[in-house]
Amino acid sequence: MADIKIGAYVCKGCGLGERLDCDELATIAKRDGKAQVAQQHDFLCSADGVKMIQNDIDNEGVNRVVIAACSRRAKTEAFNFEGVTISRANLREGVIWIRPDEDDLRETTQEMAADYVRMGCAEAKYSTPPASAQEKGANDTILVVGGGITGMTAALEAAKAGYPVHVVEKSDSLGGSVGKMWKDVPRHSPYTDPVDTGVAAMVAAIEADGKITVHLNATITKTSGAPGRFSADISTESGGTSTENFGAIIQASGATPYDAGKLPELGYGKSKDVVDRVELEQLAIAANGGPIKRPSDGKEVKKVTFVQCAGQRSSKEGHLNYCSGDCCLSSIKQAMYFKDQNPAIETEILFDDLRTPGAPGEDFYRSGQDKMITFRKGKVSEVVAGSNGPLVKFKDLILDEELEEEADLVVLATGMVANSGVDIDEVPQNEPGQWEVNVDSILNLNYRQGKDLPHLKYGFNDSHFICFPYETRRTGIYTCGPVRRPMDTQQAIEDATGATLKAIQSLESAKVGRAAHPRSGDLSYPIFRKEGCTQCKRCTVECPFGAIDEDEKRFPVFNESRCRRCGTCMGACPVRVISFENYSVDSVGQQIKNCDMPDEFDEKPRILVLACENDAYPALDMAAQQGTSYSQWARVIPVRCLGSINTIWITDALNSGYDGIVLMGCQKGENYQCHFVKGSEMAQMRMSKVDETLKTLNLEEERISTYEVAITDIDRAPQLINDMAEAVEKIGLSPFKF
Amino acid sequence: MSYNNEMIEKYRGNFLKEVTDNVEEGDWVKMCMQCGVCSGSCPLGPHWEHPPQEIFMMIRANKREEVLESTSMWMCTSCYNCIARCPRGLPITHIMHGLATYSRRLGLAPQQQPTAKFAQLFWNNLAKTGRVNELKLGLSLYFMNGFAEGVKTALKMKNIGLNMLKTKRMTPMEMLGGHGCKDAKGLQAILKKAEELENVRIGKSGA
Repeated sequence: MADIKIGAYVCKGCGLGERLDCDELATIAKRDGKAQVAQQHDFLCSADGVKMIQNDIDNEGVNRVVIAACSRRAKTEAFNFEGVTISRANLREGVIWIRPDEDDLRETTQEMAADYVRMGCAEAKYSTPPASAQEKGANDTILVVGGGITGMTAALEAAKAGYPVHVVEKSDSLGGSVGKMWKDVPRHSPYTDPVDTGVAAMVAAIEADGKITVHLNATITKTSGAPGRFSADISTESGGTSTENFGAIIQASGATPYDAGKLPELGYGKSKDVVDRVELEQLAIAANGGPIKRPSDGKEVKKVTFVQCAGQRSSKEGHLNYCSGDCCLSSIKQAMYFKDQNPAIETEILFDDLRTPGAPGEDFYRSGQDKMITFRKGKVSEVVAGSNGPLVKFKDLILDEELEEEADLVVLATGMVANSGVDIDEVPQNEPGQWEVNVDSILNLNYRQGKDLPHLKYGFNDSHFICFPYETRRTGIYTCGPVRRPMDTQQAIEDATGATLKAIQSLESAKVGRAAHPRSGDLSYPIFRKEGCTQCKRCTVECPFGAIDEDEKRFPVFNESRCRRCGTCMGACPVRVISFENYSVDSVGQQIKNCDMPDEFDEKPRILVLACENDAYPALDMAAQQGTSYSQWARVIPVRCLGSINTIWITDALNSGYDGIVLMGCQKGENYQCHFVKGSEMAQMRMSKVDETLKTLNLEEERISTYEVAITDIDRAPQLINDMAEAVEKIGLSPFKF
Repeated sequence: MSYNNEMIEKYRGNFLKEVTDNVEEGDWVKMCMQCGVCSGSCPLGPHWEHPPQEIFMMIRANKREEVLESTSMWMCTSCYNCIARCPRGLPITHIMHGLATYSRRLGLAPQQQPTAKFAQLFWNNLAKTGRVNELKLGLSLYFMNGFAEGVKTALKMKNIGLNMLKTKRMTPMEMLGGHGCKDAKGLQAILKKAEELENVRIGKSGA
């Protein structure tokens, strides 16, 4: 990179000109910030203001732009310059909007603004324009693992978008679980009657599509690489193995029905006339629209009882803890098989909580009631042999009575268990050079972190259901369908479409060497100074996304296109050899150091706030928009993720005289909201060790607080800063002021 | 065979169907999803033997006699809270009155339930002359539960009665037959015809 030339631009719009002494700010940029160019403008984000900056870039050689105006989250389209770094000193949301406009407060408000200008210039000095990752993918082909309705939808959608697809299916035919059904819950209005599953038509469409290659009786015995350059060994049952290259992977390995054999108390295995819901589909297929006959003696069924939540939503040993989400709809559909054939057949659904999620849900339930299916809130305790068929013992929860009823056939609405491969916490990865295929694994990844995608909860794979579905902790590999969470056919179809789009986004991003998500388009990537590395492995272990492998000498190997650019590795590194071009230990550390530190006789404390840019920083911005005020002593620095905070920043800040430090990250733990899954958790763990640092410096523990802040905590976030200001007032100023 | 036995014979073991076919708005009963909002919304809820949600479940569970002999549906005061709140849009108030009517038609309605008793007194009073005789209706209410209680209530209400006399809101002459509509005989003929037509509709042989 050529010489650094900083251009600082102070805006006087939005009231900044009236509230602040902008001439002084420009002087500070030149004097303290060492900006070669410092200009003021009445309305910086106007076409004229932007032209002024662009002109300096083109003609004056400015390559580090510091914009002292509004929050970095505002006017991003106006302040978008190519080939330079852009730093934003947040004078509007960060200063004038959070401080009252009163004469006696002018001095501290101006000091705040001046510090942000200094910090902006410091960040600019220690950043370089990102050049895009060196590692670039070039493969368009998508691998779909699983040939059920989810996988088939993904394959067809990808092919429609112009991407070649390979479908790998373990069994000898496409179709999966839905392919074994007689009929399915309707996917379009009117949601009244069971409809054709549509599997045959999809199989035909796949066979006719030149872009789709199907591997039947096949499994994946090894997957390696990264987005844009995955390589997978596809092995068939007969023993042949072919290696194919892919740009992205969609895992649609679906779910296995829960083993009803574990439910002897519900009569399964004891009576032939107690079946699970998969077996009922087989009976319906055998009946082919005629009367359904029971397995024991072939008698036409005149009364059928459905037992909901069989082996589910229960904490009993061997039962599923969760709701499988589609069994209620499935039982209503199956009861209709009987009612549609002969309305005189008695159909009773014994439920605890009837839940019919999804678009068809309520309408289909109503249709079932309209067809005179009896819905009864009852808890089944036991199914035993009766004189003419299974005898269901249950408690009616509305009438509060213990009852027994005999039926010709009992159907257990059993749940689904995700086919999510091996649990990587239980099954460790092979040592380098000792590769072994694990038959239970779906992907057989050769990542150092394990052979499959991490399990999130109840054995289902990643990821966050609401905030970022499909995105697993392995970039370029996307899950959809019931492997991700329990769901019905319609949801699985929608899911497959979403995951396909994610896969396309990932392989296209890999082609140009930029981040796929959630920092879409980010050109920076981790730069690693190998000479300084001590092979401590913290980065490889802490990377939430398995982006870092190890070479033979145990040095980290960064797979840039697997990286999400969160900086957790940078925060983890004890010797600080990992950085990004525009986000590094220095770029933040220098902001901390370049804040003007008044001496202790001024009685002006300084509070450092490191706020997650995804949730906490926006919350503070919104608080500013609402006119909430917070302490004039605060200096807020946005960070990519709390996980990227290197403890050296904390030590440096304490050493340079900050009186308090507030860290704001996202919710961690089971219901995490961290965009980088583990970042917030890592940070909290590291901070718990900071207490020792405080002790060696002889400082009070109260000087550092770590909080979980959500984007909606608009009132709470400023309050946390004020709390720290109060605490500092109570315990006094830091003795480390020089 | 009594009408009640006729119905038992006809719907053997399927009370839900019986209700669907014979009770006003009874075809809605199957659509109840057992959320219990009706029971929670009823201002008299705690005083019902079986709140609406339970009645609907009992119908599905074939508890024919228990439902029809229940005093519950006679407790309904037509406040319409349940109808306004039912997420499934069931006309619960109407169904309750429908069930009450049907149980009376079958001769299963509870004899001593006050609402049922009052309804009968009111009807008898009205049907006679085509006008409600308030004095007679009032007194028959006082003595509904026997002579002693009637005298007690009358004494309690004495001052109100005297004041009403004073302000000419009531006349003791009403005791002697009272006023009526222009053609009371004609009205009675209309009611008789209506009953005949209704019996034909519901398939009940001449009562």
